[in-house]
Amino acid sequence: MTTLTGIAASPGIAIARAFLLSSERFIPVRQSVSDSSTEIARFREAVASSQTEIESLRISTEERLGADKAEIFEGHLMILEDPDLIDAIELKIDEDTMNAEFALYETAQTFIELLQSMDDELLRGRAVDIEDVCGRLMSHLRGIPHMDLAGMSEECIIVARDLTPSDTAQLNLDYVRGFITEVGSRTSHSAIMARSLEIPAIVGAGIAVQQIAAHTIVVVDANQGILHVNPTDEELEAYRALKQADDKRRAALGRLKELPTFSKDGKQVELAANIGKLEDIQRAIDNGAEGIGLFRTEFLYMGRSSLPTEEEQFTSYKYALEKMNPKPVVIRTLDIGGDKELPYMELPKESNQFLGQRALRLCLDRQELFRTQLRALLRASRYGNLKIMFPMIAVLEELLEAKQLLEEEKQRLLAEGVELGEHIEVGMMVEIPAAAIAADLFAPEVDFFSIGTNDLIQYTMAADRMNETVAYLYQPWHPSLLRLIRFVIQAAEKEGKWVGMCGEMAGDETAIPLLLGLGLHEFSMSAGSILPARELIGQLDQTAWCSHATNTLSMRNSQEITQFVQDIIKGVTHHG
Amino acid sequence: MVSKTFTILNPTGFHVRPSKTFVQTATTFPCKVNVINKGKKVNGKSSLSMLTLGIAVNEEVTLEIDGEQEEQALETLGKLLTAIHE
Repeated sequence: MTTLTGIAASPGIAIARAFLLSSERFIPVRQSVSDSSTEIARFREAVASSQTEIESLRISTEERLGADKAEIFEGHLMILEDPDLIDAIELKIDEDTMNAEFALYETAQTFIELLQSMDDELLRGRAVDIEDVCGRLMSHLRGIPHMDLAGMSEECIIVARDLTPSDTAQLNLDYVRGFITEVGSRTSHSAIMARSLEIPAIVGAGIAVQQIAAHTIVVVDANQGILHVNPTDEELEAYRALKQADDKRRAALGRLKELPTFSKDGKQVELAANIGKLEDIQRAIDNGAEGIGLFRTEFLYMGRSSLPTEEEQFTSYKYALEKMNPKPVVIRTLDIGGDKELPYMELPKESNQFLGQRALRLCLDRQELFRTQLRALLRASRYGNLKIMFPMIAVLEELLEAKQLLEEEKQRLLAEGVELGEHIEVGMMVEIPAAAIAADLFAPEVDFFSIGTNDLIQYTMAADRMNETVAYLYQPWHPSLLRLIRFVIQAAEKEGKWVGMCGEMAGDETAIPLLLGLGLHEFSMSAGSILPARELIGQLDQTAWCSHATNTLSMRNSQEITQFVQDIIKGVTHHG
Repeated sequence: MVSKTFTILNPTGFHVRPSKTFVQTATTFPCKVNVINKGKKVNGKSSLSMLTLGIAVNEEVTLEIDGEQEEQALETLGKLLTAIHE
């Protein structure tokens, strides 16, 4: 048995055989061919074999699943006949005396990259089709049988370098028990997806992942971030028992679903869910969320070719509010720009996207866009417990201007005779250090703060959270962060306002005791983290953690703090 | 050569399905079919190239058709561009 470690991205234990996603992407070497007409003939033969194969796949799919499911293969056949693809490949073989494999790879890559760069989800989906078809062609050229993602027929653990959004969209949840990736962090797309799909996952396990052979039995212990490859029968038996106990514990957590959240000494807090699309609401309810602490509205704007209308937005907000009513729903206004692009808006390229015209900065500049969203929110307000939240505020003027626009739209709607909710709370994200340090200036002007730790850590440490070389600076438990958080909470309390947190940190089992001690009121996290958090908080004494948390503020580094927290949780008497 | 500009009315733009029909129809004509959108010109007989245009609703698309049966192709393909699909 080989043991590898990685980042526990989504809890649980999974045991199944490895399914290697990476092996599908073969990168050929460029070679020069002496006889290009033979090479073209070889290529055409591969095209013909692929056509026959896809055609039979199309027929069998049509018989088994119906014409609509088979349509995708019609698309694949069209790709094989596409003049721009085929002619370009043959031209490369003929004029550049390139080998067919490399000509295919290079040409396909051009189209794949073009499509992948598009903002439309449907079009990005087509890139996967090209990969699929060209992978098949490549297999024929190389004389190696083609592996089909769709042909998955047994329980498996996906092993990949990384899972792209399109990979995760394709995962067949009937068979996929878990996944392991070579790169990535707790906040990478694949990790977030794993948590929302509730499948155990370990990310960032390093290049050792490449050593895992196809069909080997793999144990993913995503509670600990450990994976075991090829265990012995005894070891396997032990892990099966462990998995059973773990599954049982998860089921036991189900009992906490309908209950409110209290610490051991009776302090009540609220556990809410972060959601990114309407389908997530059901998952939040199923996991015992006491509200939605962060409703990202970007999904309304992405994967389409023009801005969503007020009516479209209204329908979505109304749905969410009605579904959660009377529980609160904190809806964050558009957080676009920077790395999240909308091609149809033709935003200018920025040299430093994370420090540019993002989110509210953009909304204040393009007021019509913002006003449309505010109107839709206001109109939906009477269908539930709406709280509006503005992202990326650095200075007070931004908050005041946003509130002013909201007030103007409110007055307009009232003048039009539109019925609005009785009291709509208005709050802001605290994710820029400037706002955290000056929280006392903002507190009188808001109903609540919600600390966005992913960005707050990134901006406080000046470290891009997607850059693995500086990943060590992503330290949620660093005294600098904890001090900022405490200051924000104290500033809010002075004004009688509440503070939530909607970053990854709010669902972290080491961070929760400290946050509870610091006086956080609302914890918003991935739905799957809610019940374990409720169980944990029930075992914690808030008053005691208040002084523990104060102690940590003067510690020297993250490691000292996490060790201190874990020792107390384990019942070890650390301080005399 | 004949050429004409059309406006896309299909609410979801001119994506996978409409584009497939367009390419299949274009392929039945012997003439050369070029499609121009947002300053980019592609071969109207290539579904991949058509997709990379990412044609959206309300956008203008120009057809440039050259060769045998060009008038007929312009009429047929123009209708497909302005039709409501799905």
